[in-house]
Amino acid sequence: MSRRRLSIAAFVVAGLVVAVLLVVFVAPHASSNPDGLERIAADSGIDRDARPSAAADGPLAGYGVAGVESATAGTIVAGVVGVAGTFIIVVGVMLVLRRRRSRPPAEPAAG
Amino acid sequence: MLAMHIPDGFIDGPTSLVAGLIAIALVACSLGITARTLDEREVPVVGLVAAFVFALQMLNFPVANGTSGHLLGGVMAAVLVGPYAGALAVTVVLVVQALLFADGGLSALGLNVVNMALVGAFAGYGVFVVVRRLLGRSAPSVTTAAGVAAFTAPVLASVAFTLEYAIGGNDAVSVGAVAGSMLAVHSLIGVGEAIITAIALGAVMAARPDLVYGARAVARAERTLAPAPAGVP
Repeated sequence: MSRRRLSIAAFVVAGLVVAVLLVVFVAPHASSNPDGLERIAADSGIDRDARPSAAADGPLAGYGVAGVESATAGTIVAGVVGVAGTFIIVVGVMLVLRRRRSRPPAEPAAG
Repeated sequence: MLAMHIPDGFIDGPTSLVAGLIAIALVACSLGITARTLDEREVPVVGLVAAFVFALQMLNFPVANGTSGHLLGGVMAAVLVGPYAGALAVTVVLVVQALLFADGGLSALGLNVVNMALVGAFAGYGVFVVVRRLLGRSAPSVTTAAGVAAFTAPVLASVAFTLEYAIGGNDAVSVGAVAGSMLAVHSLIGVGEAIITAIALGAVMAARPDLVYGARAVARAERTLAPAPAGVP
């Protein structure tokens, strides 16, 4: 194949753009039916002892924005924050791991 | 939109604690192995995988009878960046979901990490390796094997959940009933997981096959089998 190869930077930017497009344009139309576990739990009562999460009062709890009426707007904001946040955290973790490896062996401390 | 992972109180404390310890041990191993093996150029790609899995987990698709499902993403992540970095990427997604979006209980985080990140990235990747060997060394076999392995991921996750329910759940219904309904629904969700994973893998294989961890063994085998081009030392 003679097609020019996409650079890694272009590949990652393109991927992030697709992820943002998905949460902006598709996520608001995603099925709002209970998912497999939720449905079975509700039907069978195995969720009898479930408690609300300690994080349930957070500003983005439930993939919405506290105080914002529109579920669509809430979903979009939550999605964009989540996409950006997970990318930044994972890149941060990977950079810390890389740095720990590339650091030269520690010299014995003088004194 | 209310994706739901396991909430607090669903599975008892001791079982959640054991799952938490298993999750911590395997995540620590993954951190150590990733620190030794990760290529610098892969750093943003692992970040992209996490962001993509987060986005795809928001896209609940209808399965049957007013029930929906969403991608788990462990197989997709493991085939793209390897099981260790892939497990870490999905673990970060689940931690962010629990802390920021209250999706999945904080005390159930270990259970959710085991079921969705670790089972998918390790057991699911094992299925991928076996299927890819059976299909032979070709680029389409990577995409197909990823799809087949992705189908098994929600099914294996539902088996893990059933085991956790058997050990530390309440007595509302029998373990057999939970197993039956979980397996039935998650087989359907597995079809969605397989389709989404195969589409994503197909796109990356078309753009940058060299970035696909699960394809590199194929590329290495082809180089070994093919005579080296002249001029290459």
